[in-house]
Amino acid sequence: MLNLVWPIFIIISFSYAILTGNLANLNTSIFESVESAVNLTITMLGTMCLWSGIINVAVNTNIMKLINKLLKPIIRFLFPEIKENRKAQDEISMNMIANILGLGNAATPLGLKAMETLQKENKNKKQLSNSMIMLIVLNTASIQLIPTTIIAIRTSLESENPTSIIFPVWVATICAGITGITVTKLLIKHANKKERL
Amino acid sequence: MIDFINFISNLAMPLIILIIVVYGFLEKKEVFDKFVEGAKDGIKIVINIFPTLIGLFLAVGVLRSSGVIDIAIKLIDPILNFVNFPSEIIPLAILRPISGSSSIAIATDIMKNFGVDSQIGIMAAVIMGATETTLYTIAVYSASVKIKKTRFALIAALTADIVGIIVSVAVCRFLS
Repeated sequence: MLNLVWPIFIIISFSYAILTGNLANLNTSIFESVESAVNLTITMLGTMCLWSGIINVAVNTNIMKLINKLLKPIIRFLFPEIKENRKAQDEISMNMIANILGLGNAATPLGLKAMETLQKENKNKKQLSNSMIMLIVLNTASIQLIPTTIIAIRTSLESENPTSIIFPVWVATICAGITGITVTKLLIKHANKKERL
Repeated sequence: MIDFINFISNLAMPLIILIIVVYGFLEKKEVFDKFVEGAKDGIKIVINIFPTLIGLFLAVGVLRSSGVIDIAIKLIDPILNFVNFPSEIIPLAILRPISGSSSIAIATDIMKNFGVDSQIGIMAAVIMGATETTLYTIAVYSASVKIKKTRFALIAALTADIVGIIVSVAVCRFLS
């Protein structure tokens, strides 16, 4: 994807700047961009290490079991087709916990494991099952407790209050998540009806 | 009301850290050792995306300074004015579902240009926090089980994204 987008961005911008004689601006921005990437990375290094450390403490306590218990009824509601499949339920639960805690790197492998388990139960191996779509939609909904990356960006730009966006983010995520779940549920119903006809 | 919302936002991180540390302490775990061990993983994550960020910050930076973004915005401005959507946000709204690291670059660019604590800057931040790289996620998850027919996954996920973006803009307008 980026192999296509990146060169296009560069070609359009450089040609346009050269044609319009906007070279001074272009030159400044080349070095400024690289510098701000460095600044962001340094700030992010602090925030990410702090958060990864705290989460690693949590992973080693019983908090995980507690969240797992809280998630079970939600998972049963979202994935009615895998009521009997304990393994799939546990994997989905772990994937959701990783997402909530902002462990993007851990969430993906856990989610892919759940996909594999769901594929075993999938009646038509060539298309996504209802449960698989629900799992994907949950993963695209970005349900997370603390949006660490964005706080790091705001810190590196010297915001007066970098964490002030947390509550607005929650509101927006929850609305997006509920929409995703509702749309998926409705489309599943629609698909089931079609199948019966 | 706004004071209360700020209070919740500011409470979230300290409270979560406190709960986790108290939990670990009461369960007699080696809290500090575990913390240091986890912090090491944080370094890996950041170092891994650094080269990508350099490349994408450059692309977005020159896109802005050459004036290309301004032209693109001017072209779609009339439509957006009609639905009362801030056109400054559009480049982010378009890139966000496609690529995670390019949306970080474009969001940072918007925050820097319009001010990190300005309404537009806060909108960009909230959109980043509230949405995901939808297309990438669908592609990775489907490919992992070798499935090409994704049925309604894209429609459902993109509808959620659009609602997430609209709500982000609305919440920020309400707060300022």
